[in-house]
Amino acid sequence: MLPRDLKPELFSAYPPEARKLVTSSIGALQRLPLSFVPSLLREVVDYDFRFPAERKAMENELANLGSISAEQTQDWFQAFAQIHLSSQLEQIDWVNEPAQFVEQLSSHLWTTHQMDLFRKAATEYANRLQAAVPPEAPPVSRLGITVVGQGVTAHDGPLFRKLRPHGAYFKNLKPENGLKLLLDAVATRAKAHPVAYGHWYIDGGQPVDHNPALTCVSYDALEPVRSALLRKMRSEIEQPGMGPEALRTHLARMSPADLGVGKAGDAVLDRFQVKLLTEGSGTQIFSTAFAQWAAREVLRRAQPLTLLVRFAPRQRQKPMNELLSGDPDHPDLDLIGSLIDADMGAYYNWLNQQRLPGAEQASFLVWFEGHNQAVAIAPTLPRGTESTTAADIGQVLSWMA
Amino acid sequence: MPQPQSRNASRDLGQFIAGSRREFLRIAAGLAVGGALLRSSPFAHAGTARQKRKVIVITFGGGARDQETFAPEGQENIPHLMSELIPQSTFFTQVVNRGILGHYVATASLATGVYETVNNFASLPPEHPTVFEYFRKDLKRPPSDAWVVAPSNGFNRIGESNHRAYGSGLGARVLLPKHLLAAAISGSSNDFGHLLRDSYETPYYAPELRGNEFQLQQLERILKLSVDDFRTHALTLSSPDELSVYIVRQLMRQEAPSLLWITMHDIDVAHAGAYSLYIEGIRRTDRLCSEVWKTIQSEPEYAGKTTLLILPDFGRDSDDDSGGNGFQHHRTGDALSRTTWMMALGAGVREGVVVDRALESVDLVPTLGSMLGFSPALAQGKLVAELS
Repeated sequence: MLPRDLKPELFSAYPPEARKLVTSSIGALQRLPLSFVPSLLREVVDYDFRFPAERKAMENELANLGSISAEQTQDWFQAFAQIHLSSQLEQIDWVNEPAQFVEQLSSHLWTTHQMDLFRKAATEYANRLQAAVPPEAPPVSRLGITVVGQGVTAHDGPLFRKLRPHGAYFKNLKPENGLKLLLDAVATRAKAHPVAYGHWYIDGGQPVDHNPALTCVSYDALEPVRSALLRKMRSEIEQPGMGPEALRTHLARMSPADLGVGKAGDAVLDRFQVKLLTEGSGTQIFSTAFAQWAAREVLRRAQPLTLLVRFAPRQRQKPMNELLSGDPDHPDLDLIGSLIDADMGAYYNWLNQQRLPGAEQASFLVWFEGHNQAVAIAPTLPRGTESTTAADIGQVLSWMA
Repeated sequence: MPQPQSRNASRDLGQFIAGSRREFLRIAAGLAVGGALLRSSPFAHAGTARQKRKVIVITFGGGARDQETFAPEGQENIPHLMSELIPQSTFFTQVVNRGILGHYVATASLATGVYETVNNFASLPPEHPTVFEYFRKDLKRPPSDAWVVAPSNGFNRIGESNHRAYGSGLGARVLLPKHLLAAAISGSSNDFGHLLRDSYETPYYAPELRGNEFQLQQLERILKLSVDDFRTHALTLSSPDELSVYIVRQLMRQEAPSLLWITMHDIDVAHAGAYSLYIEGIRRTDRLCSEVWKTIQSEPEYAGKTTLLILPDFGRDSDDDSGGNGFQHHRTGDALSRTTWMMALGAGVREGVVVDRALESVDLVPTLGSMLGFSPALAQGKLVAELS
């Protein structure tokens, strides 16, 4: 089937809000090439379970597609139309299984050496869309905070080397009550700017007490889900013919209910958390990978105003079979390795925050928990500088405002 | 939809990194630029020497980025390459892989000189003749003269294609050290788990790993290792690649193959998302490359007549590409994930030369053909003039 054959009744299996959104845009979708439409539907099919920022982006994109002329559509999608697809791809039920189509499309693009063409087409389209529908500036400048090094008593190696050129490096910070000061600051912002899924706290271990206005995700709280998932993975791996790709597809299809989640919870958050574990790589076994990936996905999808990420020690590397079946109560921890993971993770958190609208006004703080080192990046602070001032974290935050 | 990408920016960054790397190397090691050296080949009078020449290829894998290796901030991770090997080498700053960025299929492409499209995760042979088949068929070499030492994940078919003009019986022998160890420790302790680490391409997938009688025969008959000695020594090692290099040393001493291909894989732990483990893998691979080079110098069958080529199969995703997650994967196909380097040193290679023009991964096989004197008729790459 091709997009020109789309009809409203084909979307009957979509969740109600997604169905309503997509059926109102069928005319626009019918004019688009097959190399493009399933990628869009992959997002739309989950519309009912998406964060507000994502919903707004989808609505804007579909509205824009409906507003441009036939000639403009041809011009915008010329590069996508030039991508050669196989007849097997056309036969996939891409309306109801867009993710599976995209997975097959990816394989096809690599095999036929068309990946570069697709990347170019996608980049051009995204740039045009951004110009046509500029993203809205956030109501308040964003603040990202990353806390690294939990449990490390001493570390001689250099930290924050990638972030120091972008801000002020504090090396004589007073660490007392640092985490509480940070959580208080985050809570204050959440109260002052109440936005659904706008203020987050991610913890790579056990979360500390925090204001309920924050959306909280933690590695430890998801332990029952991770255990259920690992049991299912072990079971699947033992199936004849199961390989990495098949397993990945199988995991991607899992719903919160498959893992015992979501009976009375927040359906949007439940689905988000399950995806962190079923679509992330390493998030099931390493808390540092979990915290970094969760932050990446929160920034990309929820576009928060405030994000506090606290890394925790991960278990030491072992053979994968042991990691999958290990003793969750007595993990052998790798403190220094976790600090190095988190240092890079902090850099990625900043990079991902800077991809969002309002980047030029955004601020970011990374702190070595319990120690006197931090880097603060803000429009108010000079770049590439060092400070030996004996300030506490509250003062540093005030200088970033 | 895919996020906005800055393709040109990535390419510019790649060029910048290559440029700064070259500048560093020239300053640090007093290296010359390679362009002026093309006219006279080190192999011009090598007809007789080719008969005795040996070549060892190491894939520095799986997948390392410039910024953790040869870019200024990454050089601390490769002290052996920087201080010991680079000064003796001709160094190619840009090797571009235009094929599929999966480890098995990319290694197959390196070995055939054609961008292969075999399923990365299936146990399938390459579709085009491998360098081992060209080498053995053209030069009438015995099976013992071409070997591959590789991680276990699907690489058991890398030595021989299914091409009808080559294929069956003409390929390399393949040693899978993890399979050897699995056979040697069959039914016994957990002390070897760290040497049997599984594929991280999908970190939760653990392929079946079993040794068998044939593996044990290889151990005793070819490598001249008793099961007890092997197990005892394996206990002193820390990773699958260390195990591979241990096996390589035994192979060099016992069989002395003329064409030896070593596929490293520890670095691919990056897929699990832990940066420190990725860096640890690079540092270990750096050390192991140095150890292989020292073995070449110390083994009479290899000293003075061996060319060593070291190259990653490809890079990893750029931090700047929002479609990826930085070092963790190699899925975006951006410029940095496709662009790596190659180091050549030893017999017939000029020392202290940097070549800054772009090569392709598939250029390796024609170049090996020129070095060793066989004709890779179906390879699609071009001869690397500086090495031919």
